[in-house]
Amino acid sequence: MDIELLTQILFAAIKTGTPLLLVALGEVICEKSGILNLGQEGMMLMGAVVGFMAVVATGSLGMGILGAVLIGSLMSLLFGFLVIHIGANQVATGLALTIFGTGLSAFIGSGVVGQTIQGFKQLPIPYLVDIPVIGPALFNHDILVYSAVLACFILAWIVNKTRIGLTLKAVGENPHAANAIGIKVLRVRYLAVMFGGAMAGLGGAYMSLVYTPMWVENITAGRGWIALALVVFASWRIGNIALGAYLFGMASILHLVLQGLGWSISPNLLAMLPYVATVVVMVIISADHFKEKLLAPRSLGKPFDPRQMA
Amino acid sequence: MSATNTTTDNTPRLALANITKQYPGCLANDHISLSLEPGEIHALLGENGAGKSTLVKTIYGIVAPDKGTIFWNGRPVEIRSPAHARDLGIGMVFQHFSLFETLTVKQNIELCLTPAQLHEIGDLAKRIRELSDHYQLNVDPERYVHSLSIGERQRVEIMRCLVQSVSLLILDEPTSVLTPQEVEGLFRIMRTLSAEGCSILFISHKLNEVTEVCHHATILRGGKVIDTCVPSEETPNSIAKMMVGDLAEQDAGYRKAQGTKPVLVSKGLSLSAKQPFGTSLKNINFELKAGEILGIAGVAGNGQDELMAAISGEDGRPLANVLFLDGTEIGRANAGKRRRLGLTYVPEERLGRGAVPEMSLTENMLLTNHKPFVKHGWVNWQQAKSYTQGLIERFRVKCHGDHSEARSLSGGNLQKFIVGREIEQEPKVLMCSHPTWGVDVGAALAIHQALLELRDQGAAILLISEDIDELFLLADRMGALCDGHLSPIVATESTSIEQIGEWMAGTFIDIEAANP
Repeated sequence: MDIELLTQILFAAIKTGTPLLLVALGEVICEKSGILNLGQEGMMLMGAVVGFMAVVATGSLGMGILGAVLIGSLMSLLFGFLVIHIGANQVATGLALTIFGTGLSAFIGSGVVGQTIQGFKQLPIPYLVDIPVIGPALFNHDILVYSAVLACFILAWIVNKTRIGLTLKAVGENPHAANAIGIKVLRVRYLAVMFGGAMAGLGGAYMSLVYTPMWVENITAGRGWIALALVVFASWRIGNIALGAYLFGMASILHLVLQGLGWSISPNLLAMLPYVATVVVMVIISADHFKEKLLAPRSLGKPFDPRQMA
Repeated sequence: MSATNTTTDNTPRLALANITKQYPGCLANDHISLSLEPGEIHALLGENGAGKSTLVKTIYGIVAPDKGTIFWNGRPVEIRSPAHARDLGIGMVFQHFSLFETLTVKQNIELCLTPAQLHEIGDLAKRIRELSDHYQLNVDPERYVHSLSIGERQRVEIMRCLVQSVSLLILDEPTSVLTPQEVEGLFRIMRTLSAEGCSILFISHKLNEVTEVCHHATILRGGKVIDTCVPSEETPNSIAKMMVGDLAEQDAGYRKAQGTKPVLVSKGLSLSAKQPFGTSLKNINFELKAGEILGIAGVAGNGQDELMAAISGEDGRPLANVLFLDGTEIGRANAGKRRRLGLTYVPEERLGRGAVPEMSLTENMLLTNHKPFVKHGWVNWQQAKSYTQGLIERFRVKCHGDHSEARSLSGGNLQKFIVGREIEQEPKVLMCSHPTWGVDVGAALAIHQALLELRDQGAAILLISEDIDELFLLADRMGALCDGHLSPIVATESTSIEQIGEWMAGTFIDIEAANP
């Protein structure tokens, strides 16, 4: 395998992993507050189509990103109202949100199918990009790739080192106790859910504005679901989530490369590779049950009614 | 400030006037009035369901009263939330702990402090260690709460209030999990706080504690104030009579029994800890005889849970030639097999371990006693229901009926049900872990009598409790656990609280090492 190919694989792996990472980062914050939102796929699709349409209409990529983030937040606000305020079943509501988002995105996006736009430009980081092999692979990306990496560090810091992180974990573990010490449980959960929605919208926009700058129905191809699985297999750890997302990216590219090298395995089997590899590696990483116990939000999926004391 | 001059200050720290709270189907608080002077230690007494919890939740801002006024330092206030209560200077240690298990002790305490308070304290871990040393609470700020025992968690709760400067501290049964020495320590803290002008509202079921440390007492029954008294002028017995009417015969002193042949024998039981912060069992030897109650004292977290899990079979790891039930080796049998051999078990946690919260009482009964009601794989529900109704009646479990969910019962009533369920199976050996923790006087009495009756029918009972008075009351022979070691076992009549207290602190371990 020549060096050139290695650089290309790394470059593509990071690009492929980024939308997954964005969505998973949003979901992990949401789940840490104790809310399980299975609507990621639907919110991603809506983010993708609204972002794309906004760019088509205004010609501004910034407006596209803004539109995607807003529609993601709006949809998660609807979800939040149903599960936080009314106490609806989180699993059923999340699934409904995905089905709703899939249908609605296909409906409103039918007019822009086949149109093309100018995607995000690459922003090489001076000096670093000149490093052989890894320079062009890691430091010659668009702004969203860099932002996703930065978001990992910022979120990891917030979750592990700040009072906001403590509050978030407290609400996700024992909302009754959190309420008793004066934390506004519902507000924390709303904010976490909306952050998850915004990030899902952003991840969707990455698909339609950067990864393949166009809109087709179901452009996300199940990435919302992989992001959900990633959060669990990564034991709600942000470092592991980043690892898993890029691993998925790597495996997705490898299967194309292997096909290119003329392997005689069915391409359908090879297409499973990223999904299988990601799950297997993540299961091995999180095999320590004791740590698992510490990291899983204890009240995940359980509604909380402040008027009812445990 | 002592008990005698608390009345010199004209403005009470806290005054309640006609507090009334109506729940669907139950008048929890009925025109309750009371007042606390600065520095006063005030006992709130009453059986479970008398309205104590609702009242303190009202003071702490969790429950909004329907009627009545709260005066704080003479001014009427509406306490909107726990945060508001803490702003005013009211701290509370809950009976059901409000700690976050996945966070460390320090993080748990940090969450309760405002940024300004945190800034003032500076190094929180250092402050926790200082307070811990000062009050001998043994709280390590870096430990994760899920690795702590019940006793340790309670000390964290107390620490949480001590770190904030409170002027009213509400303690909901704070002593039930402490050793006698630690209770003395807590009383010392309470007296110090009182001398510094902090008022304390103290809920306890242990009446001798109330007479020892409290300046005033208010007694509730059925949501009403029945009586008030100065505890130092009363005896535990006279207060008990005020609480439950006329039924109570506290500390009657039960007849001690002599066991006959050994039924449960442990020969050199050693087992490494399963949990990262668990206790390893070290060479545990005892013989539990038929017709006796063997009491095991000890502070939580010294191997009680591990010992119970090893004997009940919950632990799951096979043990060779160390455990014998009626002569049969049971070290390799699983929990179900041990149950079928006549070993039943009342665990410490009622909800989640002793009973499934979401299931009805009938279903919970079937969980450990399905044999008589299952034929060819089919459950005879009719029979199971009527059996459960009988159980509810015989053990005076207050509930809507056999269809009630386990979680809808109060702690004491659920405990009576679980103890009854196990006793009715006529076990050879019954293991009980903290059977009356958080249970009111009436229910505790009923549980005690049920256990003694079972003993007199010839069953062997292993009683693990942190309540040393209860052990002295019930056990025929007793010992103590410390750091996974079991002390020598002696007849209750030939030992003393001081001796057991020393064993709980581990003084026997050196002697054992010297004379193996």
